[in-house]
Amino acid sequence: MVTSQTQISQSDGTTKIALQGAFSLVTLTPLVRELTRAVADGPVTVDLSGVTRLDTSAAWAIITAQKAAKAKDQPFTIENPSDDANTVLGAVRKALPKPDRVAPAPLTLTDQLDRLGRTVASAGRFILELLAYFGLFLDRIVRSIRHPGDFRFTALVHHCHEVGVKAVPIVALMSFLIGVVLAFQGSTQLRQFGAEVFVVDLIAVSILRELGILLTAIIVAGRTASAFTAAIGSMKMREEIDAMRTLGIDVAGALFVPRILALLLMLPILGLIANISGLVGGGLMSWIDLGISPGMFQTRLIENTGIWHLLVGMIKAPFFALIIGIVGCHAGMQVGSNAESLGQKTSASVVTAIFAVIVTDAIFSIFFAQVGV
Amino acid sequence: MTEDREIVIRIRSLRNQFGSHVVHEDLDLDVYRGEVLGVVGGSGTGKSVLLRSICGLQTPKAGEIDVLGTNVLTASDDQRTALERRWGVMFQDGALFSSLNVRENIEVPMRHVEGLDKTLRAQMADLKISLAGLPYLAGDKFPSELSGGMRKRAGLARALALDPEIVFLDEPTAGLDPIGAAEFDILIRQLSKSMGLTVFLVTHDLDTLHATCDRVAVLAEKKVLVSGTMQELLDVDHPWVHEYFHGPRARAAMAAIPAMKGE
Repeated sequence: MVTSQTQISQSDGTTKIALQGAFSLVTLTPLVRELTRAVADGPVTVDLSGVTRLDTSAAWAIITAQKAAKAKDQPFTIENPSDDANTVLGAVRKALPKPDRVAPAPLTLTDQLDRLGRTVASAGRFILELLAYFGLFLDRIVRSIRHPGDFRFTALVHHCHEVGVKAVPIVALMSFLIGVVLAFQGSTQLRQFGAEVFVVDLIAVSILRELGILLTAIIVAGRTASAFTAAIGSMKMREEIDAMRTLGIDVAGALFVPRILALLLMLPILGLIANISGLVGGGLMSWIDLGISPGMFQTRLIENTGIWHLLVGMIKAPFFALIIGIVGCHAGMQVGSNAESLGQKTSASVVTAIFAVIVTDAIFSIFFAQVGV
Repeated sequence: MTEDREIVIRIRSLRNQFGSHVVHEDLDLDVYRGEVLGVVGGSGTGKSVLLRSICGLQTPKAGEIDVLGTNVLTASDDQRTALERRWGVMFQDGALFSSLNVRENIEVPMRHVEGLDKTLRAQMADLKISLAGLPYLAGDKFPSELSGGMRKRAGLARALALDPEIVFLDEPTAGLDPIGAAEFDILIRQLSKSMGLTVFLVTHDLDTLHATCDRVAVLAEKKVLVSGTMQELLDVDHPWVHEYFHGPRARAAMAAIPAMKGE
């Protein structure tokens, strides 16, 4: 880069600043400093005859200094500008007049209360909207029963494959490992009391009642709620949803019903697979660690574990499925016209779905405890 | 045109290829200091690829590209960085960083400038916002709150942040309404004059060509088929060039020149 120089000389109380070389952002800070100091001292003359390049920032510095001088009724002259410098000065001068920035008012207590109120109201509205989507889903299901011809069977099969079949490996593996961990942890604890054999009950009850279906729902919420939101959201973003509406296609029937219904059908099956592979993992670990043979494991399992343990788990599956599906579809429809909102809504839908699943599970736990099963 | 003017971009026997699809072959192009060069061509003739090659976003298979005396393809990292501060690029939709507001977007290139404090940087950003023809308060807005035309202006303001010598504009008027597009044309013309900018613009817009460009380069048959002033190109009798500059839309655009050129 070409170097720049400023030569400052005093004569008859006027500060003369001679600029030489190229002036740009790099040299802006010293230039501003010198100009401010000179303006504070008194009249200023800026000599531009030695300038090879004057960019808009340097022009801005000169013009603001000139304005400051004018405000103090001091003379400020610009001498010998080249044609180029003159056009830059002109362009900057034209761009300059503007109001001062308004500082944002500090938040008052009322503002904060207002904000809190709005947050609460919007949370309430969110739950209402989810309920509305549930209603929409039920309505479309009933309609499909009345008009079976309109039902999108191919889409349903496709989504069953995406949501269910493709999730089998991850769900089975996860549940298997959970079974292994439970057996291992349970055996080290129970061995202290010589009650190793109760490890079978521990595994059966915790997997069948809670862990099998809950962890499956969490995994499905992670992979499916996000997929629903991303798919529907990107359609929303590219105005495909609007196109469907103008073509008279029912969005809920075409997009939501096959997805939510697929989840409703697949999640119990996935839960069952999780239960089985969890028991297999637990049984394997009990065999290795405690020497409980598979035959013995099976006998104890069947004798000591009531059918209600399995039912308590499986009853929850459709509820989880509905929550995941509705949250995913709803978030997809909230996507705006830009890519940021797509990412935002996708992660929000996963978080909401997992949170809602866990809350529902807690409610069910209390309910079943009260009912006594 | 005049041969004694300084060449700021010199491209020699450029070759760009995607798989077996050759986009450019033996492409030569010179851009002179201070001019506004419009690059036109049919869809798929590699206008944007050419722009990306010059900016170093796309590595060509063969050829030489010199920008401001630096060979873009063989330059060291330091040379490239120095060069990148002397040019600005405006992408089609502005390519503003969505997590920053407009002022912060424009400040991004300025952060590399040593000794520039925050207040001064914000003031410089406001100046660029105003130079790009945006209302003053636009600086506090986020890209998602701006209209397409404003985003383009903000993109231009960011390209101008360091007062570059060359700006590259990719389809500056695409997607703008005619009034916005005409304003943008005038803005480009004014900035190039007042700041001594060299402008390399890729466009489809015949009005932009007429209103802003000193010279036009036509991409066809994998190279720069012809380049010259609008008047010179009107006389070229290559079928595509002739069709382009004499089609119904071209005639309509030409009818409007006297009104727009009278600056």
